[in-house]
Amino acid sequence: MATATLPPLAKKDFQTDQEIRWCPGCGDYAILSAVQSVFPELGVPREKFVVISGIGCSSRFPYYMNTFGFHTIHGRAPAVATGLKVSRPDLEVWVITGDGDSLSIGGNHTIHMLRRNIGLKVLMFNNRIYGLTKGQYSPTSEIGKKTKSTPFGASDRPFNPIALALGAEATFVARSVDVFQPHLKAILKTAASHQGSAYIEILQNCNIFNDGAWDSLTERDARSEHIVQLEHGKPLIFGKNRDKGIRLNGLKLEVVQLGNGIGEKDLLVHDEHNPSPTYSFLLAHMGETEGFPTPIGVFRSVEAPRYEDLVNSQIQEIQAKRGHGDLEKLLRAGDTWEVRA
Amino acid sequence: MATTVTPPRQRKREVLDRAVIRFCGDSGDGMQITGSQFTNTVAIYGNDLATLPDFPAEIRAPAGTLPGVSGFQVHFSSNDVYTPGDSVDALIAMNPAALKMNLADLKPNGILIANLDEFGETDLRKAQMTSNPLEDHSLDGFRLFSVELTKLTRAALRDLGLDSKSVDRCKNFFALGMCYWLYNRSMDGTLRWIDDKFKSKPLLVQANKLAMQAGYSYCEATEAFQITYEIPPAKLAPGVYRNISGNTALAMGFVAASQQSGLPLFLGSYPITPASDILHELSGYKNFGVITFQAEDEIAAVTAAIGAAYGGSLALTTTSGPGMALKTEAIGLAVAVELPLVICDIQRGGPSTGLPTKTEQADLLQALFGRNSEAPVPVLAPSTPGDCFWIALEASRIATKYMVPVIILSDGYLANGAEPWHVPSLKDLPEFPVKFETNPADFRPFRRNPRTLARPWAVPGTPGLEHRIGGLEKQDVTGNVNYEPLNHEKMVRLRAEKVAAVVQDVPDAVPVGDASGDLLIVAWGSTYGPVTAALKAQREKGAKIGHVHLRYLNPLPKNLGDVIGRYDRVLVPEMNLGQLLMLLRAKYLVDAQGLNKIQGKPFKQSEIERKIEQILAER
Ligand SMILES: Cc1ncc(C[n+]2csc(CCOP(=O)(O)OP(=O)(O)O)c2C)c(N)n1
Ligand code: SF4
Ligand SMILES: [Mg+2]
Repeated sequence: MATATLPPLAKKDFQTDQEIRWCPGCGDYAILSAVQSVFPELGVPREKFVVISGIGCSSRFPYYMNTFGFHTIHGRAPAVATGLKVSRPDLEVWVITGDGDSLSIGGNHTIHMLRRNIGLKVLMFNNRIYGLTKGQYSPTSEIGKKTKSTPFGASDRPFNPIALALGAEATFVARSVDVFQPHLKAILKTAASHQGSAYIEILQNCNIFNDGAWDSLTERDARSEHIVQLEHGKPLIFGKNRDKGIRLNGLKLEVVQLGNGIGEKDLLVHDEHNPSPTYSFLLAHMGETEGFPTPIGVFRSVEAPRYEDLVNSQIQEIQAKRGHGDLEKLLRAGDTWEVRA
Repeated sequence: MATTVTPPRQRKREVLDRAVIRFCGDSGDGMQITGSQFTNTVAIYGNDLATLPDFPAEIRAPAGTLPGVSGFQVHFSSNDVYTPGDSVDALIAMNPAALKMNLADLKPNGILIANLDEFGETDLRKAQMTSNPLEDHSLDGFRLFSVELTKLTRAALRDLGLDSKSVDRCKNFFALGMCYWLYNRSMDGTLRWIDDKFKSKPLLVQANKLAMQAGYSYCEATEAFQITYEIPPAKLAPGVYRNISGNTALAMGFVAASQQSGLPLFLGSYPITPASDILHELSGYKNFGVITFQAEDEIAAVTAAIGAAYGGSLALTTTSGPGMALKTEAIGLAVAVELPLVICDIQRGGPSTGLPTKTEQADLLQALFGRNSEAPVPVLAPSTPGDCFWIALEASRIATKYMVPVIILSDGYLANGAEPWHVPSLKDLPEFPVKFETNPADFRPFRRNPRTLARPWAVPGTPGLEHRIGGLEKQDVTGNVNYEPLNHEKMVRLRAEKVAAVVQDVPDAVPVGDASGDLLIVAWGSTYGPVTAALKAQREKGAKIGHVHLRYLNPLPKNLGDVIGRYDRVLVPEMNLGQLLMLLRAKYLVDAQGLNKIQGKPFKQSEIERKIEQILAER
């Protein structure tokens, strides 16, 4: 095969001729664009990519990617993808899901996928709303949220998707934002190289049913005050003048003003490879605490055996030990007797 | 009690053509093992046979109580055996509860062996009995042998130094030894089995062997047993045989299907009685490259199987009624994306959790219609435990040939019941090598084979075939999402036509018995045995009746309407409230009548015969 002479893939190779049906201004466009830019850079032949989704606005994604694609049923994409990946470990399988798809109806599959650490890359589009069904609150909507189905405000506490993934002992957990294109692309590339399940929460704006849900994080003026970027090996610093930091005090995090004797050396230095999920857990809950910035970046990236490797190497070991199965022998296993003519 | 020992005299040996025996006791008494050992022994000897294991849903209900009773019935013969037997010739009852629950099925003057040691006052109370049946003459109509099974076992094992709990656990083998003596059977097979089973525990090997031999010698030495029975081997077709249960046969059938199709086998499953054994069996066949995925629930099990099918595996999911209910949405997805998938529903009593360990046939309409919108699938049903092997191959063949999900409806009785199975040789198995699409030139994911209407199977990883599939309505040929009204109607009809086209692979119905006449019995699934036996008996009495047993419930054989037209009456016996009956009446406008039993138990031959006689008498 003349693979060597194939031209390198470009963004347009991953675009389809299908008319895109997201609302104008939807954050999903930016995520699609980022994925289409990153895929050609991964060094994977196009036919090896498979994009699998559930149901939701976000889950229309595969139709717009010129790869193998499967738009499945609500919440079940991780399970479909698990069946594919364990039986075809040669494929690069990406799962596209929403906050409802992944955390309501598909919550069970999400945690079990992460528990198994199967090599799937999961992009969870969190717009804190059910987009496709026209605006009911979702499991990430804030308490008190008024929506079509909660005219007087929601009474359920929301999930923190990062904490949930960490609770399931996910080996790679990250957060990015639809409009932070360079950051998003970098996170996608890092996730692509992770061995095992990668769960990425992408904060996404639904400008029709929940417009501005992430404004406090994305508006140019507020951004640097409300976001802290997690970078491996670097201290946690934020603020317009990069004058604030996060310090670990016992088992608690605190925000400190730099200067007056407090320097970078006093701050928490991010260690995404910290084997203890407790550390990442502290970071996960930071954004919910008054006065703390919301972290984006890689919360956790650790190595663990992959499900598909364990399953397939067990088969190989048994075949090496017992030889390949012999059907004739199998049928005649156990007590048999012969009736003669 | 007639246990006084006098010198043995010459015993009488009676030759019979068949016998039915049932072991029953507490769940902890090892009745299933005892029954299967007896079964293996008579099978290897060459009898035809059928078994009916019957156990409670509770793993261990309180010992000695009525809900804790477990039983195992085996019918063996020198002639054809179609059912586990309507009533039993010999009943072995390990305690009062077992006696109470099973006595109704013992024939008048039948042999009853009871464990005398378990008929104390507390034992009787646990079984809610006020008087001791071994003493109150209520059993006078039977040949009662009250045997101190526990004490005799203890005596036999006295010198082993084994703890008393383990000693008492051997008493089922004492009873087994008695039965081997009674039916003139060699203990060799079971001795070998004990060696193997307790390999790592030599003391238990000795104990179980000693107990069984003691039971055998006890009968030999005891005056009470004056007759032994001989059931000569059956005249089975020449060949190699083994005992097989339906679940084992299904598991092996799928391994064979994997080989014959050239596809790796993937099973997605979530444990549920009575389907779990298929998962257990297949998880042991790793050397055949089988992947078994024990999912987090039935939805994950079926959707993972769909993912594996998408990737080019022979994909399978196994379950029972409650799990079937959970899988329905995903089966609809497989219909919409036209991927091959085999779904095994091992039916049990319902609704809801129902009777987990008992048999029923009430998921037929669910299998045919239990999905949203128009989502037809082929449905097949095995008729005997051995047929499960062939149905697995056939379902896999149809699924891959037509690119369609196929449902197999087995049931608890077929799953656990066993029969001698003529082991096929590899050359007798159908080959159906599957070809994936590889040609990118003008590739269209929903372009159809004109004969089968199947779309190409284009697996990920194939250069140039990148395409999207999904549950949204699509245009034929291109597979593009399409919501146009007429397109939808066209697609609904196409998917239905494709399933209807499977009729090309469905053999015409050929009635067994009379080709026309007074009565046609149309049945499906595990009622095969009792219907066959009843038909035979009734025809011997001169009735003009035929029997069509449907292995294909969708599509039905194309000549079925003609066949039905050749008889005056139609009877449909089913273990439900009349589901096939409703279909036949709707489809063929025939005034068929049902015989319906919904007791968690298979039909008895006599129940079907009675109905036949009643219908024929009405004329
Ligand atoms: C079994 C089932 N239940 C309900 C629905 C309706 N439904 C479709 S998408 C959706 C919620 C989608 O929310 P989310 O996952 O957040 O995706 P978004 O549209 O916001 O991207 C619901 C409830 C469905 N398609 N299937
Ligand atoms: S409803 Fe919201 S999430 Fe859906 S496409 Fe429109 S903007 Fe995007
Ligand atoms: Mg959403």
